[in-house]
Amino acid sequence: MILFILKRLAQIIPVTLGVTLVVFLIMQMIPGDPAIILAGEGASQETVAELRENLGLNKPLAVQYTDYIKNLLQGDMGHSLKNNQPVFEEITARLPITIELAFYSILITIILGLIAGIISAIRPYSIMDVGLMIVALLGISLPSFWLGILLMYVFSVQLHWLPVAGWESAKHIILPAVTLGAGGAAIVARMTRSSMLEVVNQDYIRTAKAKGLKGYIIILKHALRNALIPVITVVGLQFGSLLGGTVLVESVFAVNGLGRMIVDAIRTRDIPVVQGGVLVASLIFVFINLFVDILYRFFNKRMDLN
Amino acid sequence: MDKVTTTIDHSVLVNARKASRKKNLVSFLNKIKKNKAAVAGGIIILLYTLMFLIGPILAPYDPYDVQLDQKLQGPSLDHLMGTDDKGRDILSRILYGSRLSIGVGISAVFFGGTIGTLLGLISGYYGKWVDSIISRILDIMLAFPGILLALAIVSALGPSLINVTIAVGFFSIPMFARIVRGSTMEVKKLEYIDAVKTLGANDMTILIKHIFPNILSPIIVQASMRIATAILSAAGLSFLGLGAQPPSPEWGAMLSNGRDFLFTAPYMALFPGIMISILILGFNLFGDGLRDALDPRMKN
Repeated sequence: MILFILKRLAQIIPVTLGVTLVVFLIMQMIPGDPAIILAGEGASQETVAELRENLGLNKPLAVQYTDYIKNLLQGDMGHSLKNNQPVFEEITARLPITIELAFYSILITIILGLIAGIISAIRPYSIMDVGLMIVALLGISLPSFWLGILLMYVFSVQLHWLPVAGWESAKHIILPAVTLGAGGAAIVARMTRSSMLEVVNQDYIRTAKAKGLKGYIIILKHALRNALIPVITVVGLQFGSLLGGTVLVESVFAVNGLGRMIVDAIRTRDIPVVQGGVLVASLIFVFINLFVDILYRFFNKRMDLN
Repeated sequence: MDKVTTTIDHSVLVNARKASRKKNLVSFLNKIKKNKAAVAGGIIILLYTLMFLIGPILAPYDPYDVQLDQKLQGPSLDHLMGTDDKGRDILSRILYGSRLSIGVGISAVFFGGTIGTLLGLISGYYGKWVDSIISRILDIMLAFPGILLALAIVSALGPSLINVTIAVGFFSIPMFARIVRGSTMEVKKLEYIDAVKTLGANDMTILIKHIFPNILSPIIVQASMRIATAILSAAGLSFLGLGAQPPSPEWGAMLSNGRDFLFTAPYMALFPGIMISILILGFNLFGDGLRDALDPRMKN
């Protein structure tokens, strides 16, 4: 197990470096002279030259990248082109909000998904099962930005139960978290159902039934535990789309998180802020994947031992 | 004389592969036909394809025609889906917009699919260090969550529908490359590849004429599933104001505009959202059916 963890950690190093390289290259991908484009229309030659100097664009590419990595290691992600604030500070202010949103969303994904999947699997092809699976199919098909607007219309505009936008109280969290978690919950529900149905046909479940164990004990103790393994992988994979999804959901509900910061920065072509935001979100994703891999391995190992 | 023998052997091989492919395709289509979800999904996709092709002909009004005296009218017989804040007919805009929204999805998948397939073919066929390098590049691309890689590209190239197409296509590359790589590795081990190699065919001919046609099924399946994601991502980027720009009737952009009128004219956001959702539902149903037809073990 330790060897596996060390091996996975070693694999992460080139990927992390690769991610930093891609993020660094965003600036180089700007068509034409990045300094002229970022300085904006009508900027004087001195301003352009100063910006080029500040961003280090007059140095060779390899030197620029080495400088970029050196600065990153010291926690320096550059300065915003719009308000000259350090990008790192901007990110540390916004990141906790996004983490909070992601946390509640994944909670909704797991809880709703597991409950719906288990109920469906207990009585397959019943009205309840068909109904839940139709809802799950809709959950996968509705774009999060539209679902967000629909929920906002029903619960904020019509019923006045929840606030339209912002991030001040617990009430503000409900709609964005449900919007972000719904798609994942639908996927987990479908995965739990199919994985449970596969498990309940196995010999050891038949043995448990023959021993006269109660239905819910068989489901919770025997079937669910083994059915959970593929579900963990799906939940892990959901983190990626969840992090990507925060960009849209934060924009719908005017939540001042990392996702909205990236979108606002793209609109104003504040490239250092975009680079910082994309880098942090991607690195979080890389490490979550590592964690999920280890967890998956741990559960699989336990099953082998059993 | 030698050359003639080579040609005959070659054509026999190719014909045998073609016959086997045709047989597989017929049995595959029969399986799909029996799957209700796949048929329902297929019908939805077909209807949207029709809209894509003849939508603008059916549009009752000019989608760009501003009629301020008719702004924010609810659905009626004159305007089945109502009018927007500039008095433009929403139905006409949706019919015209289908070309943009679906077109972006198809173009992005074509772009990402072509590059991904090429990379996968090269990686799977040559193996060794070529495979290592390409696989590491793909790992890096997959290390970006969701649409963030697309966002990064749009931030550099600037907001526009074409740049969104490039960006969304770009983040589809690794999915195609992975699948093609795996299939290429399997196919290159088959005896007929050894046979064409012995007959003196070069690498390019083997890759394009003998391997590519035999790995088309997984590419097509992947493409049909990726189109939904591509349409959704492109609509999402336009919704954020990073793709189609006003007055474009792209569905994501229309939805974004409708959001500002949620209190006074909720139908403005309702109809573009329904159009995107039903399309994605169609692709999901079809995808489920495809998966069941290809892997019966998954069917419960």
